[in-house]
Amino acid sequence: MGNAVRFEIDYLQYLDADGQLQNPDLPEFARDRAQLVGLYQEMLKVRCFDAKAVALQRTGKLGTYASCVGHEAAHVGIGSGMHIDDVLAPSYREYGAQFVRGVKPREVLLYWGGDERGSDFSGPAHDFAWCVPIGTQCLHAAGAAMAFKLRDEPRVAVACVGDGGSSKTDTNAAINAAGAYGLPFVLCIINNQWAISVPRDSQTGAETLAQKGLAGGLECLQVDGNDIIAVKAAVEFAVKRARHGHGGTVLELITYRLSDHTTADDARRYRDDEQVKQAWTREPVKRLKNYLMAKSWWSEQEEQDWIVHSNALADVEVDAYLATTVQPLESMFDYLYAEAPHDVAEQRAQALAWEKR
Amino acid sequence: MAALTLIEALTQAMAHEMRADASVLVLGEDVGVNGGVFRATSGLIQEFGPERIIDTPLDETTIAGLAVGLAAQGMKPIAEAQFDGFMYPMVDHIICHAARMRNRTRGRLSCPMVLRVPWGGGIRAPEHHSEANESIFTNVPGLRVVIPSSPQRAYGLLLAAIRDPDPVIFFEPKRIYRQYKEEVPDDGEALPLDVCFVLRDGSDVTLVTWGSQVKETLEAAEALDKQGISAEVIDVATIKPLDFDTIHESVKKTGRCVIVHEAPRTAGFGAEIAAQLAEKAMFDLVAPVERVTGYDTHIPLFRLEMKYLPSVEKIIAAVKRTLAVS
Repeated sequence: MGNAVRFEIDYLQYLDADGQLQNPDLPEFARDRAQLVGLYQEMLKVRCFDAKAVALQRTGKLGTYASCVGHEAAHVGIGSGMHIDDVLAPSYREYGAQFVRGVKPREVLLYWGGDERGSDFSGPAHDFAWCVPIGTQCLHAAGAAMAFKLRDEPRVAVACVGDGGSSKTDTNAAINAAGAYGLPFVLCIINNQWAISVPRDSQTGAETLAQKGLAGGLECLQVDGNDIIAVKAAVEFAVKRARHGHGGTVLELITYRLSDHTTADDARRYRDDEQVKQAWTREPVKRLKNYLMAKSWWSEQEEQDWIVHSNALADVEVDAYLATTVQPLESMFDYLYAEAPHDVAEQRAQALAWEKR
Repeated sequence: MAALTLIEALTQAMAHEMRADASVLVLGEDVGVNGGVFRATSGLIQEFGPERIIDTPLDETTIAGLAVGLAAQGMKPIAEAQFDGFMYPMVDHIICHAARMRNRTRGRLSCPMVLRVPWGGGIRAPEHHSEANESIFTNVPGLRVVIPSSPQRAYGLLLAAIRDPDPVIFFEPKRIYRQYKEEVPDDGEALPLDVCFVLRDGSDVTLVTWGSQVKETLEAAEALDKQGISAEVIDVATIKPLDFDTIHESVKKTGRCVIVHEAPRTAGFGAEIAAQLAEKAMFDLVAPVERVTGYDTHIPLFRLEMKYLPSVEKIIAAVKRTLAVS
């Protein structure tokens, strides 16, 4: 029998779980102390924010919240590998990517705190808002990429989806469309091993999630998603390819969801503590800290100072969120259409009249 | 100026807007060289090229999802669903994204797209090609739902739909795509997306309908006229938002109303019109509202489909029932 096609999926990692350098061929940014420390500080900042957000939910001051603990390298790596003109189509957990792009933590809190204004965020006005239905954002990113290509703009659309989301029709449709049209599209499959209670192996028989891109004709790469050097390098590689007209890429970023799916979930119902304990030994923040400390680029004192600073920043954001007054009743009518049709205007008046009765 | 069929008027409207606005593009299955299975995009690829008349992979989810992404990033996509019965995979993108993009981002992003859908039964088509599913979308906030019924109105309403800054579901009555021709000047004049059209003045009964059933309803009015019964005929055209005032004004005059649509009866859009009549026009009515609709069944395969659809005779019978009440 002949051979139609063979494939391989490369795997990218620089730092191992202990922060030991496994691949000395470091990208430029990782050789620069300021840049690498900057990335570390971003990760730590996100982790401090996340803990505050969970605490807010536990004390009844926030609605259901999707924690990002454990994903810091994946998220900050995605955000820092993109240009500001590029478009990010997140799912609902990638705060680290969004903060790098200018979204404020208070806006994340507003969204989960039940206020649409969170999605009218300070990040790039063209970035998509959080996408809860799973996977649909991948096609929106492909559509955005199509717009960039049609207008001959050197921009890239980057979508984030999870291991569960890699099973969705939309995700696979986006891969297919990106290949069919040669779109400047990057799909980051953030494989955190769990889709609520369903483990990665129950999603697909494929050996990697990266290879989901193969059938669409995209470049595919599996990445240690807890190694921010690898993530940022991979995203920069994929974004550059896309920007130069060489087509789309699927990146599988392997990480672990150290938290419950959301604050409404209880992961102890379906996974062993031992597995979670093991995952903590591979987590991204400590890994980079070890590396930076070994190079004397970071110290315990700087660590403590930065945590204090990050917590203070998070407190400012929490206070700003808590101080935000509820939107007026009519806001539910005022953004439905560019101009309210008569039926919406009529119901708006009825709603206001009822309030003032 | 040439006389055009309804579908030719749609083509003319798309071409007009594509010439006027570089952000307008068409995407769908077979819309390119083939010109669409009904030929709505015939000739467009020759003028606008494959970058703007885009054949998609055979996946409705893809069409809808790409359209949402394009629209959110500054383009004005006209997406084509090949048939009404194939549009269901698009619904997630229409309801969860297109319809709420503006609202959920407080206006930061919006979704100025048109989804064109060849709609309705009566063309002896295979299964899943004959659905009248408009009422699914009239219950979705953030959408406009439009169904033209003549070449001139098809042209003006499609222009308006393309120019509208929000998503529009544009159902095209495929049974009357080529029913007749009329002069349709390519003047770029859009029609409003919030008014009904009174097609025939009358004083005894108000007939309210849309889409393909405008044909039967006008024929019924003609036949009733010969019997000395004066029927006013209203083409709703834009069912969301509904111009109830025009219907109400007519009913004030006639006191009787028969609603005709080919979708199933229960929770069909006629129910909304009847409800508003009950709310706002109760004391103008002298007889119960009648509905002539499809049955609450799946539209049968085509040997029986004409038995399912409203007909001139059913409409006349309903009118006579309302007239029997005094």
